[in-house]
Amino acid sequence: MSTTPVTEMVVTVAVNGTTYEREVPARRLLVHFLRDDLDLTGTHIGCDTGSCGACTVHLNGVPVKSCAVLAVQADGAAVTTVEGLSEEELTPLQQSFSDHHALQCGYCTPGMLMSAAALLEETPSPTEDEVKVALQGNICRCTGYWNIVEAVVAAGKGGA
Amino acid sequence: MTTVQTEGTTTLQKGAVGQSVPRKEDRRLVQGQGTFFDDVKRHGMGYVHFLRSPYAHARIVSIDVSAALELPGVYGTLTGDEVAILTDPFFQIAAEPGGSVKDYALAVGKVRYIGEPVVAVVAETRELARDASELVMVDFEPLDVVVDARKALEDGAPVLHEEAGGNVSYTGVWEWGDVDKAFAEADHVVKISELHFERFNSTPLELDGALVEYNRGTGQWTITTNNQFPGFAAIMMAPALRVGTDKLRLVTQDIGGGFGNKITTHPQLVALCLLARKLGRAVQWTEWRTDFHQSMSHGNERWFLDTEVAVMADGTMTGFRSRALDDAGAYLRYEPLGGVIWSQVAPGMYSWRNLRLDFTQVLTNKAPCSPNRGYSRMQHLWFTERIIDIVAHELGFDRVELRKKNYVQPEQMPYETPNGCVYDSGDYPKALDLVLDLIGYDAIEERREEAASRGKLLGFGIGSTLDSGTNNFGQSQLVNPELQFSGNNEVATAKLDIFGEIVITLGTTPQGQSHETTAAQVVADILGCDVDMVHVRAGHDSYWNSHAGFSGTYASQFAVTGLGAVKGATEELARQMKTLASMVFQCSVEDIELADGFARMKENHEAALPFMALGAIPNANNAGFPIDPPPMNARFVFRPQFQVPDKDTKFGNLTLTYSMQIHACVLEVDPETGVYELVDYAAVDDCGMRVNPKIVEGQVMGATAHAIGAAMFEVFAYDDEGNLLTPNFYDYHVPHTLDMPPLKTAAIESPSPFTPLGTKGMGEGGGGGIHCIGAALQDALRASGGAIVTSSHNPYHRVWEMLRHPERSREKVEVKG
Repeated sequence: MSTTPVTEMVVTVAVNGTTYEREVPARRLLVHFLRDDLDLTGTHIGCDTGSCGACTVHLNGVPVKSCAVLAVQADGAAVTTVEGLSEEELTPLQQSFSDHHALQCGYCTPGMLMSAAALLEETPSPTEDEVKVALQGNICRCTGYWNIVEAVVAAGKGGA
Repeated sequence: MTTVQTEGTTTLQKGAVGQSVPRKEDRRLVQGQGTFFDDVKRHGMGYVHFLRSPYAHARIVSIDVSAALELPGVYGTLTGDEVAILTDPFFQIAAEPGGSVKDYALAVGKVRYIGEPVVAVVAETRELARDASELVMVDFEPLDVVVDARKALEDGAPVLHEEAGGNVSYTGVWEWGDVDKAFAEADHVVKISELHFERFNSTPLELDGALVEYNRGTGQWTITTNNQFPGFAAIMMAPALRVGTDKLRLVTQDIGGGFGNKITTHPQLVALCLLARKLGRAVQWTEWRTDFHQSMSHGNERWFLDTEVAVMADGTMTGFRSRALDDAGAYLRYEPLGGVIWSQVAPGMYSWRNLRLDFTQVLTNKAPCSPNRGYSRMQHLWFTERIIDIVAHELGFDRVELRKKNYVQPEQMPYETPNGCVYDSGDYPKALDLVLDLIGYDAIEERREEAASRGKLLGFGIGSTLDSGTNNFGQSQLVNPELQFSGNNEVATAKLDIFGEIVITLGTTPQGQSHETTAAQVVADILGCDVDMVHVRAGHDSYWNSHAGFSGTYASQFAVTGLGAVKGATEELARQMKTLASMVFQCSVEDIELADGFARMKENHEAALPFMALGAIPNANNAGFPIDPPPMNARFVFRPQFQVPDKDTKFGNLTLTYSMQIHACVLEVDPETGVYELVDYAAVDDCGMRVNPKIVEGQVMGATAHAIGAAMFEVFAYDDEGNLLTPNFYDYHVPHTLDMPPLKTAAIESPSPFTPLGTKGMGEGGGGGIHCIGAALQDALRASGGAIVTSSHNPYHRVWEMLRHPERSREKVEVKG
């Protein structure tokens, strides 16, 4: 039995409905796989410690920080990134972010949207406190969060 | 959660300007289609990793990169020895002694803080570059470390830059009025031995970085980056690289927050330029979070020592004198400009006329300081607000009445401060009344009793702040008389393209400030068209003809300089459009108006040319015109009217506009633990005419959040060996959703008489939250020992200490007379 560690692995991941097969280093993070291998650069990186949430994606429907998941762990899974939320028409949540000025630089926005979208799946009409709890793992340095919370609550009520 | 009240008059409310039109930037950003520097790739590019110093102060004995270079996939390295040969030290803003500091793209000979880049390694992947850097062997000889600014001044302290002859980078006396007379005549003198504004910065979520390509044929570099002040970067980089600024093409598009922290990335950019040239391939660097915290753009830490305040019996405050000791960290990347920029707001919002500050800046073995939202004014405004609350506390004045009595009054506007700055407009007492109304000040004492019944100490505090905007760079000559900078400028171009597309370019580098939207609002009103018809190019490109030496986005100025340039360029384009229409219709220019997307005769709307026709004529259909049709292309440089300040008296107008924010908060302290909670918060903003009220409110909110973070959670604390104790978002807690209090905002509009649109730069907020939270803590602690708040940063454990040992802070305050 070989003792040589496996350093490369072929993974098959369905991202936003398209199935990709790639050979990746075993240590590659899912976020780097999305950004560098698939060129899906909507998912962002803001820290090295899993603290900021800018890299949040859905892994089999569950929001995860893609900097805390290895690409090989996503083998066989379905991933949704911010690019997968909408094509032409914005979703009510995306529209609500714009309507409520819930973004300034827009760097945290993909992660915020993915966390909020997951919340709205589970809890279609969340309260302000429920939104705050659901977004506590996402850092925004521009807005102070007030408009983000408003936007998500409004989206849950069916729009702005 | 928020209420917006608007009071006052507006100057331009009939069109798009003044309306909260939807942001043009949003669609791409909510779909993940923004383009940030890290999203841009090139074939065969190499990833850069900087090996950084593990010592706060050490001599570099030797560097061996051979093992790293042998690793397959490693493209190359760069060391300080190479940098010292290939570049000149960066130009220093400082006069002597700071002017002797030698600063390069990588450490040369010595390291002076933990996290300082020592070697750059380039490899095929990010992971490999990082691995290879661990194979680099650096032999360090550790030296003694100094991290406390006060100790850096002592005899025998370790010296960071021997060339500077000590650790002082700048020292100067700033005095206006007759300070001695004011103190001789004062009924009371309040003495405060020590106040400390602590280190933090606004930690934008997107880290620094760039993709750099070198064109060997032309000798030009293209730098796709998120630097927020390309004009400054080019001025610093080009002489270091021994080239003209024409060889540097700086390109930005979307930038993930900046807050001033992305101004001084020029050392890393120069290292990347050298690597791109050396290796003949594009190189890409994205900073790690820990690297940012350890090395990039800390906000100035400042001590105020031996402060004295002259107060009359009726509460009139006539002057202060103090010694400011500013800690610049290990290098002067934008410093010592912090040594003058505070004086834009020398008296704060108050009318005292006799001021003296002995300002000394020192170098320590910590990360270099550079601008951070509220740069240098925030520290000084905190100082003035602390004075007001400590004087009220010690002499028994009401804090509200003391402020109202001493504020510059609306009838004094425009108000010339003792040092020659001109506060352009505003009604500070009215703003204070408004914020008191929002926070429910009338009911504070009842609430205090109710909180006490629950065992809580309730406190209320006010923070009055100015946001001075549109710098006169002539102020740099007050810290270095030899400098040749003065005034300010920004550039915009406006053109009508072949199919009638309205295209605007700017020299600015927005990081969330919505320039595409607000510029389009200004253009739409001038050209008589819809905001959607206006295309404002995203970001900055030095290959466009829309930049000048001060181009960038910093220091609260876009609404003045950027929109002033947009207005000027668009008015010239409008003149050209009307002229062309008059040539076609063979009438006078005065007979033409621009409306509903047409250039038409005022008296005959049938005689109308769509913008498409106007664009096509000069571009593609120009035969038969007896004289050249106007080019439908305009460039405008906005230049505010400034004089160079007087260098001997340090007197002159340093900024064009003064936005104002007054913050107020209510908090409750648990006397057993020191834990406190913000239970109410209000902010009133006056930035003159608001182009887009929603965007203005967003800036107020953001500045509030930064101030709450700095007051309660965020600090760059060091141990004695120079280790940063908060090098990531685990240890450096920035506010999260659950940390945010309920917020009420309101706005007053006092148009600036000095700006093209009546606007004022805004967005920095002057740290209002830091001031009001400290004031509220001091208020809460009155009922439990009466501690004095002497630090800008008051985490729970410090509040606990103030509760247990109020005498420790009380010893720092003394009243004479």
